[in-house]
Amino acid sequence: MSTERNLYTISVYTENNIGLLNRISAIFQRRHINIESLNISPSEIDGVAKFTIVVNMSEDNVKKIIGQIEKQVEVIKAYYHDDEATIYQISGLFKIKSELLFEERQIQNIIKESNARIVTVNKDFFVLEKSGKKAELVELHQKLSAFGIMQYTRSGRIAVTKEEMKISTLLETYHN
Amino acid sequence: METQTIKNNQNATKVTERISGSEAIVRCLIEEDIKIIYGYPGGAIMPVYDELYKYQDKIHHVLTRHEQGATHSAQGFARISGKVGVAIATSGPGATNLITGIADAQIDSTPMVCITGQVPSHLLGSDAFQETDIVGISTPVTKWNCQVTKAADIPAALAKAFYIARSGRPGPVLVDITKDAQFEEFDFSYEKCTKVRSYIPVPKTAEGSLEAAAKLINEAKKPFIIWGQGVILSEAETQFKALVEKSGIPAGWTILGASALPTSHPLNVGMLGMHGNYAPNKLTNECDVLIAIGMRFDDRVTGKLDEYATQAKVIHFEIDPAEIDKNIKTDVAVLGDAKGTLGAILPMINENSHEDWHQKFKDLYEIEYEKVIKNDIHPTKEGLTMGEVIKEINIQSKGEAAIVTDVGQHQMIACRYAEFNKTKSNITSGGLGTMGFGLPAAIGAKMAAPEREVVSISGDGGYQMTIQELGTIFQQKAAVKVVVLNNDFLGMVRQWQQLFFEKRYASTEMVNPNFVAIAEGYYIKAKKVTKREELADAVAEMMASKEAYFLEVCVEKEGNVFPMVPSGASVSEIRLE
Repeated sequence: MSTERNLYTISVYTENNIGLLNRISAIFQRRHINIESLNISPSEIDGVAKFTIVVNMSEDNVKKIIGQIEKQVEVIKAYYHDDEATIYQISGLFKIKSELLFEERQIQNIIKESNARIVTVNKDFFVLEKSGKKAELVELHQKLSAFGIMQYTRSGRIAVTKEEMKISTLLETYHN
Repeated sequence: METQTIKNNQNATKVTERISGSEAIVRCLIEEDIKIIYGYPGGAIMPVYDELYKYQDKIHHVLTRHEQGATHSAQGFARISGKVGVAIATSGPGATNLITGIADAQIDSTPMVCITGQVPSHLLGSDAFQETDIVGISTPVTKWNCQVTKAADIPAALAKAFYIARSGRPGPVLVDITKDAQFEEFDFSYEKCTKVRSYIPVPKTAEGSLEAAAKLINEAKKPFIIWGQGVILSEAETQFKALVEKSGIPAGWTILGASALPTSHPLNVGMLGMHGNYAPNKLTNECDVLIAIGMRFDDRVTGKLDEYATQAKVIHFEIDPAEIDKNIKTDVAVLGDAKGTLGAILPMINENSHEDWHQKFKDLYEIEYEKVIKNDIHPTKEGLTMGEVIKEINIQSKGEAAIVTDVGQHQMIACRYAEFNKTKSNITSGGLGTMGFGLPAAIGAKMAAPEREVVSISGDGGYQMTIQELGTIFQQKAAVKVVVLNNDFLGMVRQWQQLFFEKRYASTEMVNPNFVAIAEGYYIKAKKVTKREELADAVAEMMASKEAYFLEVCVEKEGNVFPMVPSGASVSEIRLE
């Protein structure tokens, strides 16, 4: 059913232009669509930026949104994929009191089991990094919350697709 | 910077000249063959005005009385000529006053370039005097916009602006230029923009789509064409007329599509939508193939979507891929420029006449004529109707005039009853419904096409939203014929209050000034008509005038526009009374 809501990853290849974020986010805002997460980074092509936007909406509507995004002059191409069609990750950082690392044996087990990585340690705090699916981060967060977390932050989703994007070929056709 | 120098050295034939950014702006306009611009000066754009003073033999700057007027004039200019209109304003309030016109141009696909001055770049973000984030503000209502902070970037930015505004589905663009960039000197050269890497103005027509569309059209028993402004924007009138005539398919129009096919054409079956004609609305829900050309299934056209042409196969000729399946599911999408796609499909279309089906339109017209049209244009009861004024203008102008309307009852009546022999003759604010559009748009239209008769028709409400542009008419000696259909009400809102709010006329009654005295205050010849027997002579006098003329016609106070598809109802539920 194309009217059923689902999680979609929208990938937008763009010229790296000031104001484009505003232009793209306005498309969502105007239609009252909540952006679940947003990440902007360089792409595999020099000078081309990639927006990775996660939304929860129907396929019918996501198609319309893709049309509106591609209509923007400085957008090269936009795609949408469901979770099956992408390989995706998010990343989280946890800042925790250093004393807990030594006093609470349980924390060391949690770190080991979750495949989290200690980024830095000093006498006051240590920072734990964990990449994976959202559920894994939520679970880790829950476990660590019991001991007290000084700071916690989670990144937007980054994703690559199983199918080829063919942006380079596209850019060549634009040139011709 | 370094690569720039190398490039310039390699390209030894490129002639550059050391000039200021502000002079460059004017030179860019000249390069784009712009001869008339509309605007209003102020602090952050003064260097440009200084250059306009020097180049006044090449570019005529029209000082409007408000920046909104500048945008509407630029729109009127663009709509009658098919060329890009240019509006110019200072920073802050000058820039924000452009927004209504920009939004109007965006929703009505009007090519327009707006240039705004901005505070010096070192003051950006400091809440400087007359600083406003016009790029941020205009983003949702422009096709493209940008800010320029270096003189050297001006030519490329403006070249891109003109290219984007006019190509593909046209639209407004805004270029915001800081004052320091206007003062800065640089080596000027101009190259027209012909492509932007990430931008496809005209999408490729999918293989097989023309054949699929032709097959549906040829096999249809009750086909119906509905067309919009796309036919006019792509200048496809000839191809369109040929298609209609060869296929023998009745064709109805959106208000922005009006005039692409003469009103008198036998296959022109009238206006679609809320206040459109009876037959095209009713029969939308009876046709077997609906052929939409350069239109976007606006809600005012479709009424309730779930009950719109559900029985029909839909073919959509469209330049903007985002319009496909946006409101109505399409069976065959024919992407591309209408001129190209209509030209290409014509040889595949069988000659036909669809006489029985066409007769249905004629039968329904007869019903509408008896119930509505007769009383609108040949009224017998006391009180002038808007319809008989339009009819009189038709007679006196022989259908050759460009009709520029504002928004409201008079707009619907004018669109319903005006006779158009020529394309690009119905200039109105369709999508945004901007009251105040008409008068300044008529000024722009008249200046773009001085050889044409331009009649501005407004209501007493919208007229007063931009009434100050009478000053522009006077100063520019623009021979616009200005008609106000005065019912001392905000008529359309009042009509809704009568029909849907139990006649609670909240803030719709207008206590109006002496309009004739106001026009005369601007030294414009003026007349007021209150009786039927005075109308023909007054219209004749107005049309005969070589200069601007103001005509106020006092019409019945509580006249209603019918037919009407009530808001949210199906087009089948169109009411005749």
